[in-house]
Order: sequence, then structure tokens, then C-alpha cells
Amino acid sequence: MADLHFLANPARFRRFSQRVVPSLSVATALMLAVGLYLALLQSPPDYQQGDTVRIMFVHVPSAWLAMAGYALLAGLGASLLIWRHPLAALMARAAAPVGAGFCAVCLLTGSLWGRPMWGAYWVWDARLTSMLLLFFLYLGHIALSRAYDEPDRGDRAAAILALIGVINLPIIKFSVDWWNTLHQPASVARLGGPSIHPSILVPLLWMAATLFLLFVLLVLLRTDTEIDRRRLENAEQQA
Amino acid sequence: MTPKRKRLWLVVGSLAVLGFAATLVLTALNDNIVFFYSPTQIAEKNIPPERRFRMGGLVEAGSVTKSADGQVTSFKVTDTHKTVAVVYRGLLPDLFREGQGVIAEGSLGADGVFLAREILAKHDENYMPSEVAKAIKEAGQWKERK
Repeated sequence: MADLHFLANPARFRRFSQRVVPSLSVATALMLAVGLYLALLQSPPDYQQGDTVRIMFVHVPSAWLAMAGYALLAGLGASLLIWRHPLAALMARAAAPVGAGFCAVCLLTGSLWGRPMWGAYWVWDARLTSMLLLFFLYLGHIALSRAYDEPDRGDRAAAILALIGVINLPIIKFSVDWWNTLHQPASVARLGGPSIHPSILVPLLWMAATLFLLFVLLVLLRTDTEIDRRRLENAEQQA
Repeated sequence: MTPKRKRLWLVVGSLAVLGFAATLVLTALNDNIVFFYSPTQIAEKNIPPERRFRMGGLVEAGSVTKSADGQVTSFKVTDTHKTVAVVYRGLLPDLFREGQGVIAEGSLGADGVFLAREILAKHDENYMPSEVAKAIKEAGQWKERK
């Protein structure tokens, strides 16, 4: 934590992000180009799913990032409520729509995969339902943080929601183990190693790394914007 | 205790209480959260005929037969302990095949045959190219799911 403290100061964060963003953008674009080649052309079709397996290269990383994004919101919520870090609220405002976006991509791609493979766009099993709940938690966070005239009150209400909602994360992860579901159990993060052949696993992990960089990039850029916005609002109030 | 310390423990304590409450609720609702029953659970539960529920298991190898017009499929669903016969009229999903996981929604008839209104194919957690699947099968190392 001590190392991250220097980022709690908005001005220092601004200098940090302005240094990182250009190279991060280039790296993300290059990785995405390679990732699309690996995922769409180079990797083989699955023995049962055929080419439909390629949906997974977007679906699974989006699910991971939707969950990681919510864990980030909860961490930011805690540092706002406990340590009153000035940047935490701004970054939470910046991160929530990004996480919600990945969550929506996860739900939509899963639905498109489910129709040909399962025979249904949607079922109410524990994994799908808890993931939909995560999406609503994101929407609730976005709405709550903007629901008050004084932004500080919205930030704190949203931080409390983020902390409460974090209970949903282990439920999503273990839903496929605790209850029988239509959704398949974990393939990558599981005891005994991944049950995905390397020719499909490598593109998956590559896409996960790519979308992770995209997530970081979007959050950094949006946090910068939130800092500007807050400064503008303060200046307007004083004028 | 500094105010920061106090707030830290307040957050940690609230989360612990919430987590405990969530565990209790989910345990209590366990029966409603499961998406399907296995044939063994059905035998234990004595579900009355006409009650709609979902049943899941593997399509027993060699059990799939189609009616003359091809519209009605009969097969058996097994969890390796118990087996339930299923009758279904309609289109089957692509992944439906013998030895594969399947979930059927419908109700038991008076004769114990499950009348399915909807069939969902369950996909397992294994992903591989078809050459690899073929090689594993030829080497005799293929493990059917339990």
C-alpha cells in the first residue's frame, strides 16, 4: 500500500498517468492486433464447439475483468471510507462504467454462445444470475454516485454499495461448484491445472492480458477526466 | 483507537457479518438455487407427477432412439447410479449426443417416464482441437465425465 500512496495525490496521479498512457496505448493496440490473429485465425476450432469456441476469447477475459473491476471498486470504496483518499472516489467514478461495460460484453457474448451450444440464450442458473446481479451492482454504483447534489455524499453511498456487493464475487466464482448449474465449471483457475488445450489456452490468456491493458488504459484516462471535472466544478463554485 | 482504525474495523466487521448472513441465506435456499436434480436426487425426493422441474445427467450411451417421423426422441439420462427414461418432441441442441451432459425440463409421467418440454445441452470444461480429441481417444486415454 505504501508504494501506491503517492498516487493518492491527484496531481501526482496526473503526472504518472500522462507518462504511462502513450506507451500503454501503443502496447494495447499491438497486443490486440496479435490477439485477434491468434484468436480468429491461428487457433484451431474446438472438437465439439467448432468455431463457436472463439467467443470464449472475449467472453472469459470480460468476465474476469468485470469481477476484477468490481474488486477494484470495493478496494477504492474501502480506501475512501477508511482512509479518505482523495483520489479513490474519482477513480471509482471512472472505473464503474468500464467494469459495467466488460460485464455487459460478458453477458452478451455468453448469451450468443449459449443459443447454439446449450439451446438457450439465457437460463436462470446460479452462475448466470450472479453475473447479472454483478451488472446491476455496477449500474447501482453508477446511479448512486451521481444521485446527490453534493458529489461527496454520492461517492460515499456508492462506496458502501461497492463494499456490500463484494460478497457477490466469491458467489460468482464458486457458483459452479456449490450448486449444479448449466454453466460449465472453471477451466483455467482450477485445481489440477487448466483443462484447455494449449493451442486454445494461449490465445485466451493473450486476450486476457490485452483486455487487462485496455481496462487499465480506460480507467487511467477516465480518472484524468474525472480529476478535470472535479476541478472545474470546484472552480465554478468559487466563481 | 484512531478514527482510521475504528473505520477499518467497522468495515471489516460489517463485511464479516454480511458474509455470514449471505452464507446462511444461500444455504437455506440451496434447494431453489440448484438448476437441476440428478436422477438419484429424483429417486430420493419422490417428486409428484405433473410437477415441473429440471433434471440433469449424461445421455446414456446407446439409449437414443427416434420415432419413425424423427420428431420424438427417447433416451435415458443417468448419473451412473440411477437412470431415468426421457421422451422429448422437438428440436435438439447441437451438442446433444450420447455420453454428453444434458438438462431436461418437464415433468414425470405416472409411469415414471420424464416428459421433457425443453432440452438443454450441457457443455463441459474441456476445450481442445479435434485432432487432439481424436489422438486421446485412439490412445485409449479418453475419460468420460462422471
